[in-house]
Amino acid sequence: MSALMLQNLDVAYGETVVTHGITLDIAEGESFALVGESGSGKSTVLKAIAGLAPEWTGAISAFGVPRGHGVDRGFARQCQMVFQDPYGSLHPRKTVDATLAEPLRIQRIGDEAARIEAVMAAVGLAPRLRFRFPHQLSGGQRQRVAIARALMLAPKILLLDEPTSALDVSVQAEILNLLKRLRREQNLTFLLVTHNLAVVSFLCDRLAVMRGGRIVEVASVAQLKHGTMVDPYSRELARLSAHALPAPA
Amino acid sequence: MTPLLEVENLRVSFPTPRGPVEVVRGISFTLGRERLGIVGESGSGKSMTGRAILRLVRPPGRVAADRLSFDGLDLRSQSEGEMRRLRGARISMIMQDPKYSLNPVMTVGEQIAEAVRAHARMSRRALRQRVRDMLEAVRIEAPDRVAKLYPHEVSGGMGQRIMIAMMLIPEPDLLIADEPTSALDVSVRAQVLDLIDDLIKRRGMGLILISHDLDLVARYCDRILVMKEGEIVESCPAQNLGAATHPYTRALLAAAPRLDETRAELPVLDRSAA
Repeated sequence: MSALMLQNLDVAYGETVVTHGITLDIAEGESFALVGESGSGKSTVLKAIAGLAPEWTGAISAFGVPRGHGVDRGFARQCQMVFQDPYGSLHPRKTVDATLAEPLRIQRIGDEAARIEAVMAAVGLAPRLRFRFPHQLSGGQRQRVAIARALMLAPKILLLDEPTSALDVSVQAEILNLLKRLRREQNLTFLLVTHNLAVVSFLCDRLAVMRGGRIVEVASVAQLKHGTMVDPYSRELARLSAHALPAPA
Repeated sequence: MTPLLEVENLRVSFPTPRGPVEVVRGISFTLGRERLGIVGESGSGKSMTGRAILRLVRPPGRVAADRLSFDGLDLRSQSEGEMRRLRGARISMIMQDPKYSLNPVMTVGEQIAEAVRAHARMSRRALRQRVRDMLEAVRIEAPDRVAKLYPHEVSGGMGQRIMIAMMLIPEPDLLIADEPTSALDVSVRAQVLDLIDDLIKRRGMGLILISHDLDLVARYCDRILVMKEGEIVESCPAQNLGAATHPYTRALLAAAPRLDETRAELPVLDRSAA
């Protein structure tokens, strides 16, 4: 069954139409990547799905249920988003506990303490960090809090907007491992936006290459790994992402 | 021949309520007219090293060194006025993000011209021509049009090229580039680095490229210093980086996912064994 379906999605900011006819069908449990350069519209697609860019035409549906243009609480329970910069996405004056409790209060779900403890354990945050403020945490810990916040409602779909690009390479490895494990344990569906094709290679099954608000190619990760993508622009992106250093032994 | 830059036992510290914290802990290196890469993670002290060379560490930060000399000049004993004449003209620095480093209320052309005017006198006409030549050197088409634009009217890649133009127009001997491309797309990144590389080689300058990206410094530098917690843990020729021996360098190399990734899990650093 498809977890997330986009049909002919055009998203606009005021007069400017940013994406054109985006159609995607992502299966349950699949990890799908949107790649492209700045301004290609990849983050805009995520924003439209999350309800942060409400001016769109076409259709967005999760598990067959279409999403409305306004605030959609039912949709929010199915689908949550993790943002790029954990320094910007957490409220500086809210403790980890308050940040994690908020989605539960909005959805009027009880049993706060137990749920917060469980999710913190799942993302590898020590219980002693529960009443810390964001400035008292490292970048990696903050991104774990952001992922925990997204998991509070036990969603089926995670939208990930460059979840590791603000992090050091060693911290990136920890977060990528965490995302991979969470997906396996909770049968999550990922829609990941990134410009880092190596991250796609590690975490995803399929990818769509975007340029100028359009999808130019949908390919499997095997095609990415073996350099057999078809579109010249996709091939160029892959070529530029190739490594200068040999693989570590 | 004396090296361009000599650094011996450089220390940078900041006072805290619990006593001073050293962010750079006694590092030493020399630099000729070559390309040196400094790599490390956040907090390794790599940017502070770059700033300390230009004496840009603000109080209450403290810089100490047994030796800090640039082309025979002792940087420690220069007055602030003498440093100001040195900065830009002989040592210049490219910062990470053009969005925050360019003056938003001045046109691109005026900003580049200002970099020359701060160190030399020349007629307006000659100045305009020099700005034009420099914009062409950083491969900006239609330099006359771009010179009249404001920073918000140019893309990130073009903004970074404008920064490079500004930093190279006084013809410095040493260029310090602190994460010059981390705000840029991968396609533009290669263009900008190739451009820096080309200009450095053509003018016989020295380069310090500061980055967290091992792959990138391996590609664009001759020699590499790996920093961790304020110390240099490894120093090697760039082509040997893949065969680096220090466990920290090995761990950093292994932690990055690859385009042809086959590992189910990425190895992570053991932070307890620091």
